[in-house]
Amino acid sequence: MERKELKVSAIKNGTVIDHLPSDSVFQVIRILNLNNSENPLYSGINLESKKFGNKGIIKVENRYFKPEEVNKIALLAPKATMIEIKDFDVVRKTSLEIPDVITKVVKCINPKCITNNQNVPTKFEVMNKDKEEELKLHCHFCEKTTARENIMFK
Amino acid sequence: MNNKSLISINDYSKEEIIQLLDRAEDFEKNPSQPLLKDHVIASLFFEPSTRTRLSFESAISRLSGKIVGFTDASSSSVKKGESLKDTILTVSNYSDLIVMRHPLDGSARWASEVANVPIINAGDGANQHPTQCLLDLFSIRKTQGTLDNLDLAFVGDLKYGRTVHSLVIAMTMFNTTFHLVSPTELKLPSAVKRYIKEKNLKYYQYTDLEEVIPNVDACYMTRIQRERFADPMEFERVKNSYVLTREMVDTSKDNFKVLHPLPRVNEISEDVDSSPKAYYFQQALNGVYIREALLTTILGV
Ligand SMILES: [Zn+2]
Repeated sequence: MERKELKVSAIKNGTVIDHLPSDSVFQVIRILNLNNSENPLYSGINLESKKFGNKGIIKVENRYFKPEEVNKIALLAPKATMIEIKDFDVVRKTSLEIPDVITKVVKCINPKCITNNQNVPTKFEVMNKDKEEELKLHCHFCEKTTARENIMFK
Repeated sequence: MNNKSLISINDYSKEEIIQLLDRAEDFEKNPSQPLLKDHVIASLFFEPSTRTRLSFESAISRLSGKIVGFTDASSSSVKKGESLKDTILTVSNYSDLIVMRHPLDGSARWASEVANVPIINAGDGANQHPTQCLLDLFSIRKTQGTLDNLDLAFVGDLKYGRTVHSLVIAMTMFNTTFHLVSPTELKLPSAVKRYIKEKNLKYYQYTDLEEVIPNVDACYMTRIQRERFADPMEFERVKNSYVLTREMVDTSKDNFKVLHPLPRVNEISEDVDSSPKAYYFQQALNGVYIREALLTTILGV
């Protein structure tokens, strides 16, 4: 267990976001804007996981996230956990929670929506949040609904 | 952000809707009142819609308000690529309220969030057209004496007709029983039926118009458009099956009325026009009273 964890360098202080779907790792880095930050970042994909068979992981040094920041990725990675590290020790572990309102990170499916035609940040209310299969996003502007399987990230 | 804007009929509570209808009734009795003589109203039609624009202009004129704006975006700075936000911010400087029609869905909601004056949505793409919905509600109440516990038929294109969607959703506040008559390709979307189900109201779906008419209090007709059909043969098959005839109207109850948001093509035969049960032309006139009520309510005069 310890040795597996070390496939991606251990960090002294910072945040580990674990149990990401492997194919979401690059999107998660982009959504959290980690590609534009100075903080050292380690990531791994296609790692073995007892729970999922295959997972991705991100470790960012010297960076902590507010829940509302990290919850932006909950739609992409609903099973992810955020682990805060201080002095090589885990100080807090939280699971992500899908927020009630999702702004900016998702595109509206309606090509005639104002958000797809002008410089307008998207905003969606999350419906059926508790029923994963039936989760839908309701566009605040055009009022169209996007089903979970059609969600597109910007 | 201005909370007084009217963007979607869903923004209004049942009480607010009833207050507006009551106010519109006052304007019906006394349409010319100089309540907006000190106000400038901007009327921004980013796409043409003569009917809606004339109704708003008539309402503003009867209230002695001044109108600025454009009737078609091709002759304005919009054509030069100005963003909606910039147009709205500029026009906010020159007016106390903006009436806008725009081809993009959600444009009115966005405008209401950037403007510092109230916005009235006069149609945003295929999304909402709340003043049409209010005038439909006014017409139903006026002809039936109440909005409560009615049996209403909705006929034609129930899938794409936004006026139908808004009206169905609004009528779920009034314990309506819905009779939905359409070709199978154009049934009411499940997203709209959800509102009916949430209120535990009844709805029935039909493909035959004739059997429904004797059992309902009013019938809301819509146009079936050729471009909605992937298969042109299918359109030819159904286009004449959803035409309301005088014979059908004569089988209806005494209080029965025919409503239509207009323009009509052939879905109501012309011999229905002379029936006292035809209400669609008066229905359009009610739009002026409802718009007077809305303008004065929003501006607090
Ligand atoms: Zn949208």
